[in-house]
Amino acid sequence: MRNSGTFSSRIGVAFMTPAGVLVTLFVVFPFFWIIAVSFTNRSLLGASALHPQLVGLKNYLDLFDPATFWSQGGFGPSLWLTVQFVVFSALCGQVLLGLVLAWISRELSPRAKSLLQGIVMLAWILPDVVVGFAWFAYLDRDAGTLNQLLRGLHVPAADFLIEHPFLTICVFNAWRGAAFSMMLFDAALQSIPPSYLETADVVGASGWQKLRDIVLPLIRGHIVTDLILITMWTFNVFTPFLLTAGGPSFETDILPIYTYRIAFKSFEFGKGAAIGVIVMLINLAFSLVYLRLAQRGLRKKGKAA
Amino acid sequence: MNRRALISRIVFSVCAALLGVAFALPLIWFVFAPFNAHADLDLALPAPPTLANFARVFANGAAVGALLNSLLQAFGTVLLVATTATLAAYALARATLRGKRVIEYVLLLFSSVVSGSAAMVPIFLIVNALGLIDTQLAVILVFAGGLLPTAMFILRDFIASIPRGYEESALVAGASPWRAFVDVVVPVLRPGVTIAAVWAFVQVWGGFLIPFVLLRSEQRMPASVEIYSFYSQAGTPIVPLLAAYSVLYSLPVIALYWYVNRKYGFRFFGGIKS
Repeated sequence: MRNSGTFSSRIGVAFMTPAGVLVTLFVVFPFFWIIAVSFTNRSLLGASALHPQLVGLKNYLDLFDPATFWSQGGFGPSLWLTVQFVVFSALCGQVLLGLVLAWISRELSPRAKSLLQGIVMLAWILPDVVVGFAWFAYLDRDAGTLNQLLRGLHVPAADFLIEHPFLTICVFNAWRGAAFSMMLFDAALQSIPPSYLETADVVGASGWQKLRDIVLPLIRGHIVTDLILITMWTFNVFTPFLLTAGGPSFETDILPIYTYRIAFKSFEFGKGAAIGVIVMLINLAFSLVYLRLAQRGLRKKGKAA
Repeated sequence: MNRRALISRIVFSVCAALLGVAFALPLIWFVFAPFNAHADLDLALPAPPTLANFARVFANGAAVGALLNSLLQAFGTVLLVATTATLAAYALARATLRGKRVIEYVLLLFSSVVSGSAAMVPIFLIVNALGLIDTQLAVILVFAGGLLPTAMFILRDFIASIPRGYEESALVAGASPWRAFVDVVVPVLRPGVTIAAVWAFVQVWGGFLIPFVLLRSEQRMPASVEIYSFYSQAGTPIVPLLAAYSVLYSLPVIALYWYVNRKYGFRFFGGIKS
């Protein structure tokens, strides 16, 4: 049935064309164009803007040049920061927080649950610049809510964006994105037959035992999906720029900000493109794994149905 | 309830409450500052609460202009995405199209690979080559291209749930595929288009990186870039104005989420936000 359509392929192509042009021009073509640009010395101004020259692998070799790889503001530190950022803010932060939140909200009264989830959702749906501004005010050295609170608890105040910038963007990103994992796990937990957990209660299993032996194995698929999606999003997230702009002294220079800085601050498009190609290849690896898993999931569902 | 259960219940409630407070803390300032005519970055109850800050926003030409730019860019994109995605999704769901599976796979793959600031490098150069740098049209086109794949998938699933008999009877009765589409499919598809449109609107309205990279003139900047440039500039930002402005700017997003949540339930937001 799937193959025999309602109408012919000629009309189908006509219907596809407007969207096809837009997607080709601004999604598919950029992928190939960035590869081409990464082999040139393209810049914004001067001779290399009008007549960029092919420089072969120079941009890539420069990025991985052992002499400068680990230098401040270089590719190495940025890559390493990004790995830590993903591990701490996405995997330990968002995924774990989301799981805890979903687990907790199971036991709450409906009103408390919607209050808790509403607050977490709000952090997620507000526009980037609004949460950027909110955190800017929240963390202010002299007057910010956080430092007011710390002073009240007799903890010395700190200028978090200057003194602990990396920790700050990790916490920020965990706060910002926990809602997605929470909702995903919330749906997953609801799909577990209540009788499983009731039986565990009867035999006197603790909360941790229930989580480890019943819940986690049953929602393993959701956890894997969540891990991959959250990793991909965090790997590409630009929002920390709104708090720290990559600074101070490159301490929050994660790859999306590094790419932006090289391409749109220094206007070294060739080098920026080379970084972009590496980023996209990493994205590609994650997407392929995700699509493979998603298709396997679909096939399983199809068989079960 | 025995004592142990009671204690663990209390510990649990305290933990849940602390977690909720931790999530709420960064936003609490935003509840008060917009209504405080002398708001600063400290947390203070407005005495008395006032709407003066909102009046100041509407009296500020640049602030209003930026909101209008956001509206223009968001509506432009929504219009483009809703029409072209509906057409394309219809073809994906119904036409005998060779390589349909391949198209879908390529769409999924590219839309997740070509994203973020890495994608902005070639996109900037392409927009530059088209002579569209610093135009609102460029912002609309680039947003539309990026949002289309997901919009198409949302709509394709909606169309797939419409019985084929609907259009087939129209076709048998002698309607052209175009007529069948406009008169039969589009009306049934309204909830799907609403969701795709709301989603696209929220993306553009909140979007920062694309206008930040593609626009240069102050008078074309959307509210997102305007707010950022205000609070990130050296010197003290005009806090009361900016607080009220940020709330005004957030309202449509909150309202739309609330509306879609209420009307269609939250499952649609699964893969939707990013």
